[in-house]
Amino acid sequence: MSASLPSGPRPRRLTPGRIGLYAFLLTAAVFFLLPLWIMLITSLKPMEEIRLGNILALPMAPTLEAWGKAWSSACTGLDCNGISVGFWNSVRILVPSVILSIALGAVNGYALSFWRVKGANVLFGVLLVGAFIPYQVFLYPLVRIFSQMGIYNSLTCIVLVHVIFGLPTMTLLFRNYYAGIPIELFKAARIDGGGFWTIFLRVMLPMSVPMLVVATILQVTGIWNDFIFGLTFAGRENLPMTVQLNNIVHSTQGERAYNVDMAATMLAALVPLAVYFVSGRWFVRGIAAGAVKG
Amino acid sequence: MSAVSIRDVSVAFEAVRVFDGLSLDIEEGEFVVLLGPSGCGKSTLLNAVAGLIDVADGQIFIGGRNVTWEEPKDRGIAMVFQSYALYPRMSVRENMSFGLRMAKTPKAEIGRRVAQAAELLQIGHLLDRRPDQLSGGQRQRVAIGRALVRDAAVFLFDEPLSNLDAMLRNELRVEIKRLHARLGKATMIYVTHDQIEAMTLADRIVVMRDQKVQQIGSPAEIYGRPANLFVAGFIGAPQMNFLNGRLEAEGGGLSFVAGTLRLPLAGYAFNGAPPVGEEVVLGVRPEHLALAEAGLWQGFGVDIVEPMGADTVLWCSDGTHTLQVRTTGTSRITRGERVGLGLDPEQVSLFAADTGERL
Repeated sequence: MSASLPSGPRPRRLTPGRIGLYAFLLTAAVFFLLPLWIMLITSLKPMEEIRLGNILALPMAPTLEAWGKAWSSACTGLDCNGISVGFWNSVRILVPSVILSIALGAVNGYALSFWRVKGANVLFGVLLVGAFIPYQVFLYPLVRIFSQMGIYNSLTCIVLVHVIFGLPTMTLLFRNYYAGIPIELFKAARIDGGGFWTIFLRVMLPMSVPMLVVATILQVTGIWNDFIFGLTFAGRENLPMTVQLNNIVHSTQGERAYNVDMAATMLAALVPLAVYFVSGRWFVRGIAAGAVKG
Repeated sequence: MSAVSIRDVSVAFEAVRVFDGLSLDIEEGEFVVLLGPSGCGKSTLLNAVAGLIDVADGQIFIGGRNVTWEEPKDRGIAMVFQSYALYPRMSVRENMSFGLRMAKTPKAEIGRRVAQAAELLQIGHLLDRRPDQLSGGQRQRVAIGRALVRDAAVFLFDEPLSNLDAMLRNELRVEIKRLHARLGKATMIYVTHDQIEAMTLADRIVVMRDQKVQQIGSPAEIYGRPANLFVAGFIGAPQMNFLNGRLEAEGGGLSFVAGTLRLPLAGYAFNGAPPVGEEVVLGVRPEHLALAEAGLWQGFGVDIVEPMGADTVLWCSDGTHTLQVRTTGTSRITRGERVGLGLDPEQVSLFAADTGERL
């Protein structure tokens, strides 16, 4: 009676469970997308439309005026040069911080995984503890140290802070990645005559592309979104975009320019957003790459 | 002068001593296999020779030069690993030439040596591929090729065939043996837990267990005159039969006695004075037991018949003792048959029951 036995693909059915699942996913998507959507449409409306109070309505006369104003002429306290100043400050903080923290983290992870430094485990443990202590605890001591050194309130200072605080995570990331690479590969390279740097640069680093991508995403978003370090260490000349955004939103006199605030916020969020869109695929791949041998 | 000389070497991990004062001399052109179960320290010893782990004590000489404190690259060695350890982001050609490029060898020389090694291993058509585009067997060929181009005096193999399937393993085993013959003066140290590889490849086998050398000898010696119970049991498949019994003097000579089984030991070459009256273990290989109607030992019945193609293994029992007997593959003996067993005292091994050492 083989004809009555199941054979071939199982028939697809829309079960109540499925419907519930889709409903949940849809709700979650709306929940997270709605604020973004409202910010976007509000930033495109002139103030007259916003005053009508219908925040979900599409703009009747869409205009980029608020964006232009947010970028170049919104007031952050006494200066009225828009958020562009903060944008370029953030870029100047971001680039060296990201490159240095990743480079140091990768070298650290490599040394800890392969070169059996005396006390490597203790060192690693200390680094890990560093990753879990709340930042606030360090603020005051660091301010004192940096003013003693005479670099407080400078670009060097804020970059240094980002590198220091990025190091535990970056080291952890790369150490774990390198721990998954067979030690024999390292041994083969040593027999072939590679030294500390040649093995790192010519064998290990080319294998680390997925991890480099993950590290870049983490550091770019983390450092771009930073507020407290920028406020504390960067000094008035180098305040990052997040701090200036805050100043714009909170220093309005008279009527609150919601469209400008929204546009400025969108501008500040553009970099992390772009990073996610461009590298989301790589991000997932990099995280998964840790699980299986490369 | 030996090619490799390991003198009183001790290795320690943290506070744990892995070896204590291990010594071994290897002649030029010799193929030495370090054989033992996992965790016996054979790979550690190989890594110490390669300079990949530090020795806590003792000296290592390669080609008459004390290399105890030298970097791996300066020791004149090449190494092949179990996991191939090919550089994943480099082509086969780049993999093979990496060491030479590190040593700043002239380009023409690199090209010549890579081409030569590639031809020897028949991987010329793979030179521009990446390791992930190769099969396991091809990868290990490339790894061997990478070792070859180094022009080393000593080649170290760390279980190079263990990741391959059975057929490829046989194929590459033969290839390694052929390579050794062709290279002539190249000394090879080969670590494995596979006794077939050890028996087929080695000039000399070093059997190890628990970080101690159990026996050093030619494959024939190791197989024919195992130094202790561990070596006897570890080498040979199916395993050697062991019978617990006693050494007794009767008539003019000595006999092994285990219950109803007796074996007069005329012709057995004792290592020292035979311990008459003591507990001993008799070891006899399955192929040294012959089915004979008028055999010395009677009253055995066939329990299990294992046909293996070329030969057949019979599990024979007399109720108290079970013995494996190897017979021809064409044997027509079936389960339940009564058989007699004959054996030659010159081919058996006797061990002291307490120490396990050969008598």
